[in-house]
Amino acid sequence: MTGLSVRGATFRAGGREILSDVSLDVVPGETLALLGPSGCGKTTLLRIIAGLEAPSAGVVAFDDRDVSNSPPHRRGFGMMFQDHALFPHLDVGANVEFGLKRARWPEPRRRERVQELLDLVGLPGFERRRIDRLSGGERQRVALARALAPEPRLLMLDEPLASLDRSLRERLAGELREILGRLAIPAIYVTHDQAEAFALADRIAIMNSGRVTRVGRPSEVWEHPETEFVARFLGMGNVVSGEREPDGWVRTAFGRFGPVAGPAGPARLLLRPEGVTLVTAPGDGVAEGIAEAVAFGGERTTVTLTAGGQRVEFSLPSSAELPARGEPACVSVPQIQELAQ
Amino acid sequence: MDRSVDEKRPSLTARARERRPLLLVVPAGLLLAAFLAYPLQGILRESFQRDGGIGLLVEDTYYLERGWFTLWQATVSAALTLLLAVPLAWLLACHAFPGKRTIEAVLMVPFVLPTIVVAVAFSALVGPSGVANDLLTRIPGIEEPPIRILNTVWAILLAHVFYNVAVAGRIIATGWRGLDSRVEESAAMLGAGPAARFFLITLPALRNSLLAAASLVFLFCFTSFGVVLILGGPQFGTLETEIYRESLFLFRLPVAGALALAQLVVTFAAIVINARLQQATPQRTEARSTTPWDRKSAALGAAILALLLLLTAAPMAALVERSFHGGDGYTLRYYTMLDDNVRGQALFVAPIEAVRNSVVFALATVAVALPVGTLAAIGSVRARSTLAEALVQLPLGVSSVTLGLGFLVTMDQPPLNLRESPALVVIAHSLIAVPFVTRTVSARLRSLDPRLRDAAAMLGAGPARTFFAVEAPLLKGAIGVAAVLSFATSMGEFGATLLIARPEYPTIPVAIFRYLGQPGALNYGQALAMSTVLMAVTGSTFFLAERLVRVRTGGVS
Amino acid sequence: MRRFSLPVILLLISCLAALPALACGGDDGGDSLTVITHDSFNLSEELIKQFESENHVTVKLLPKGDAGSMLTALILTKRNPEGDVAFGVDNTLLSRALDEGVFAAYTSPLTIKVPADLRGEGSNLVTPIDYGYVNFNYDIEALKKLNIEPPKKLEDLTDAKYRGLVVVENPASSSPGLAFLIATVDYFGESAYLNWWKAMRANDMKVVDGWETAYYTNFSLAGGSQPIVLSYATSPAFEQLFADPPRKDAPTANILVAKGVFRQVEYAGVLKGAKNEALARKFIDFLLSVPVQEDIPGQMAVYPVNQDAKVPEAFAAFSKVDVAPASVSAEAIAAKRDSWIEAWTKSVLR
Repeated sequence: MTGLSVRGATFRAGGREILSDVSLDVVPGETLALLGPSGCGKTTLLRIIAGLEAPSAGVVAFDDRDVSNSPPHRRGFGMMFQDHALFPHLDVGANVEFGLKRARWPEPRRRERVQELLDLVGLPGFERRRIDRLSGGERQRVALARALAPEPRLLMLDEPLASLDRSLRERLAGELREILGRLAIPAIYVTHDQAEAFALADRIAIMNSGRVTRVGRPSEVWEHPETEFVARFLGMGNVVSGEREPDGWVRTAFGRFGPVAGPAGPARLLLRPEGVTLVTAPGDGVAEGIAEAVAFGGERTTVTLTAGGQRVEFSLPSSAELPARGEPACVSVPQIQELAQ
Repeated sequence: MDRSVDEKRPSLTARARERRPLLLVVPAGLLLAAFLAYPLQGILRESFQRDGGIGLLVEDTYYLERGWFTLWQATVSAALTLLLAVPLAWLLACHAFPGKRTIEAVLMVPFVLPTIVVAVAFSALVGPSGVANDLLTRIPGIEEPPIRILNTVWAILLAHVFYNVAVAGRIIATGWRGLDSRVEESAAMLGAGPAARFFLITLPALRNSLLAAASLVFLFCFTSFGVVLILGGPQFGTLETEIYRESLFLFRLPVAGALALAQLVVTFAAIVINARLQQATPQRTEARSTTPWDRKSAALGAAILALLLLLTAAPMAALVERSFHGGDGYTLRYYTMLDDNVRGQALFVAPIEAVRNSVVFALATVAVALPVGTLAAIGSVRARSTLAEALVQLPLGVSSVTLGLGFLVTMDQPPLNLRESPALVVIAHSLIAVPFVTRTVSARLRSLDPRLRDAAAMLGAGPARTFFAVEAPLLKGAIGVAAVLSFATSMGEFGATLLIARPEYPTIPVAIFRYLGQPGALNYGQALAMSTVLMAVTGSTFFLAERLVRVRTGGVS
Repeated sequence: MRRFSLPVILLLISCLAALPALACGGDDGGDSLTVITHDSFNLSEELIKQFESENHVTVKLLPKGDAGSMLTALILTKRNPEGDVAFGVDNTLLSRALDEGVFAAYTSPLTIKVPADLRGEGSNLVTPIDYGYVNFNYDIEALKKLNIEPPKKLEDLTDAKYRGLVVVENPASSSPGLAFLIATVDYFGESAYLNWWKAMRANDMKVVDGWETAYYTNFSLAGGSQPIVLSYATSPAFEQLFADPPRKDAPTANILVAKGVFRQVEYAGVLKGAKNEALARKFIDFLLSVPVQEDIPGQMAVYPVNQDAKVPEAFAAFSKVDVAPASVSAEAIAAKRDSWIEAWTKSVLR
């Protein structure tokens, strides 16, 4: 069982290339998150995998069999839609049962399975409820139950929590993580929320403008973003430009950081958030600038330093020693990385 | 895994697959080809082979003036109708009130009345000695009957509104019900008052329904015949009345043929424009909840209802009152005498027979038009073909006189040797009913959430299964409405039945005409009684149909 | 599929039940005679049954709208006529029917009972069956209330005292309208008739499309504003016969002026290409027979052509026409009818 394999998926529409040569694999039991800003093509990619959209080029294969020419209802994949897309004229039980009837499960088994799934998603006994009487969270759970009921060989989730409020989202995300963890099938989870992706996925694929720019385990990607886009997308926005000197240290508007191997010349550096501390004096490895903003946030305070027209933000423990607005400040940055353009 | 796919293949099969639903339009296409195109070409060929005054069309500005008047009165009628239909739609879509269903049914009845009955009803209400003037002249100081609208352009416009306001209101109400009230609510939170919300949010969102209603009313009024002829008079002529005169009285067939073609061009353009301007705006599939009344809206609602009932129900009420009014007080005899063939006439029409025939024809029309029209709607929406949808609506714009003559000329050879068959009447009615069904069903289909189909596909349902399990149930309401409209068009004898009616199966309008064809107060009274019977039958049918539709769809429609 | 259930099933059942009635495309078992007429045609059922039993035939009556639309239908189907015999072409439209060769020759033996002046041109092709008079009627009570005398001649109607009191039908769409127009051509002469019409227009004469509209919405008897209406000489008699409540006199009366009345003759003829020519001929004889001729007045508000036929009393009392009707030759009508209608339309409607 090799799972899902996508090779060279390209999609052109209206004169634009929405997906460019995307390839990825998802093995059984793994949850891959497709993470990216809106418009990056992740939903299109999902629809191509589902068969709801035909690619301009590329192949979709599952367990080494090319399914590119199969219509969506024959691929055996399951999908949970943003905004649930539950059938309004059927009750909860009939919705969940829908795929089972298509697959011709015998009645008693269907009933059992529906019960099983509703228990799984935490809605026992909801069979006869009407869709328009359910809350947002309940609807998403039913949508999940419906997608999982016919034992799909791949599960896709298209921003399933996007329309829910934050507390509900967090709670459901936790439950989803549990459920997805127990599945033995590959799952693809599309989201624009980095925290969600980190929480739910075994691997993350970050997409930008129709391409996959970085694939890896969450910790990997976090520790080595490699490109500025990924770094910023993951929330690490302290990217500064500077000149690398022959000794390997890079001179930036905030000070010298390094050493970073590489040829002399311009370089983009990421000042990582781990281990930053307030210091009293500038020096190598210390970011010095004017504190443009000091935002108190409870246990931690965000200090924004400016220098040479650039801006960096640090999250520091709240203390009396924090600079006041407009005053110069120095922050030691122990971890830096060079980023590709 | 390295099998690469030929780049060209997906697009070809994809395109073929996309057009495949057009197969569903074939039944409608066959109906139109055999019973619209074929008879039309027959009569047009016959017409243009004769000589007779076609030069007139160019020399005389008369026909140009008539064409212009046709366009003008159709546009103004549509605008006026919409002006009243929008408030009506508001009432129907957003509020509940006692007697709502009855009022809806009553408002639809004018749709099926023959024009001569409408003329009599209007006369009974606003004629020189009608109820209105009667009441007004009792006011001291008013000597002469002040209301003089008969035989003016206002009579035409008002009668058009009378006929069409219910249908237009219904179309707009359907669209209104599908609007997301949350959008309006957020506008309210942003400081928009009711009027601002209506003009800035609701009206633009209703664009599709408004267009659909306006274009339908425009089509009806453009091809309007009886209203212009009877309520307007000879100084007002439209293309259709000219075609009538030129074909059936002056017998200048080439002129009639040319006018029929001109009419077809304009109406087809209107149909296509409407189809193009319709956008697919997915709507909520849940029923919009009704807003509770407050003092202002209740007053407004009451005023609107009063105006509408005045316009539509009052003329009919006046007519009904007259039917019970003998020369010497109230009486039932016009009704009891309906069944008496006093003169032992061979062509006497017993009312029960007429009612039965009208209803049977109407049911048969529904049986034909509903499946044909629904299939065409599904096919043209799935295949995304506005052309297919427009073509199916063509019969709405064809001159019924020309088509009737076309039937006479062509339907006498096998395999279409239908000239002597009552089936031809059903076909003629269906030709008009099919466009109604297609419009109604396709509008609903387009408004369904496309993700429902995706979800069904992901759950293993192929296109056919998806349709039956997911879309069809959600179309039930629209199909129900379409059935009611088909029934109504058949009862109202729209279409070319004048020349192909069978005497073995007289219908209610025929019965009414028999009485109105001769002088005598008795004859007149019986005509009124028969008209009341027609109104009662159609009114109750609408009422019952509404109940069936609502019950079946449980409000989700 | 279960969800379509009730309404659709009901529908299908009712249609299946109705199908047998509708499906048959016309009987072809047994002899049948199809008579094409206009919507005002009617005969006593008993008489028809008698004809049917005497000739072992089923008679089918096929009305085709008014006289104009009936004629158009006849002409357009002349190569394959829908019926065997046609009744209802009148002398204002006869030339068109004859030019198009719609009829087959037949002269009924009963034609000798018909006065010579009633037989139209093409008398071997068509047979006169009845005739009527087109003239003005007036509402007796209404005029009395207005203190106006009914006019003695047509010219009187252009007087100010008759302003807005007259309603006529459009000759371009109405048979009585056309008939009366032709009468005025004779009454005033071809050079002057339009002047009268123009003066009438200036005097607020109302023009409507057809007789039903004029009589049932404009005529003061029906609650309209015009006490003088262009109708038939038999209308007053019918108003008495079908009065409600019953009355001994007629509420309306005729305005009869020499030449100010048009005599409309209705013809019947065997259709060329008829399937049942022999029976068609018998039917025409039947129409001319005395029982039918005496039935016709009560059914169709017209006079019988057969001199032996008796006319209802009411006709004699309230609808007697004792003036000479307009006489315009058939050739003149044939040649000039269309141009008269044109000219009238230009003078009166535009």
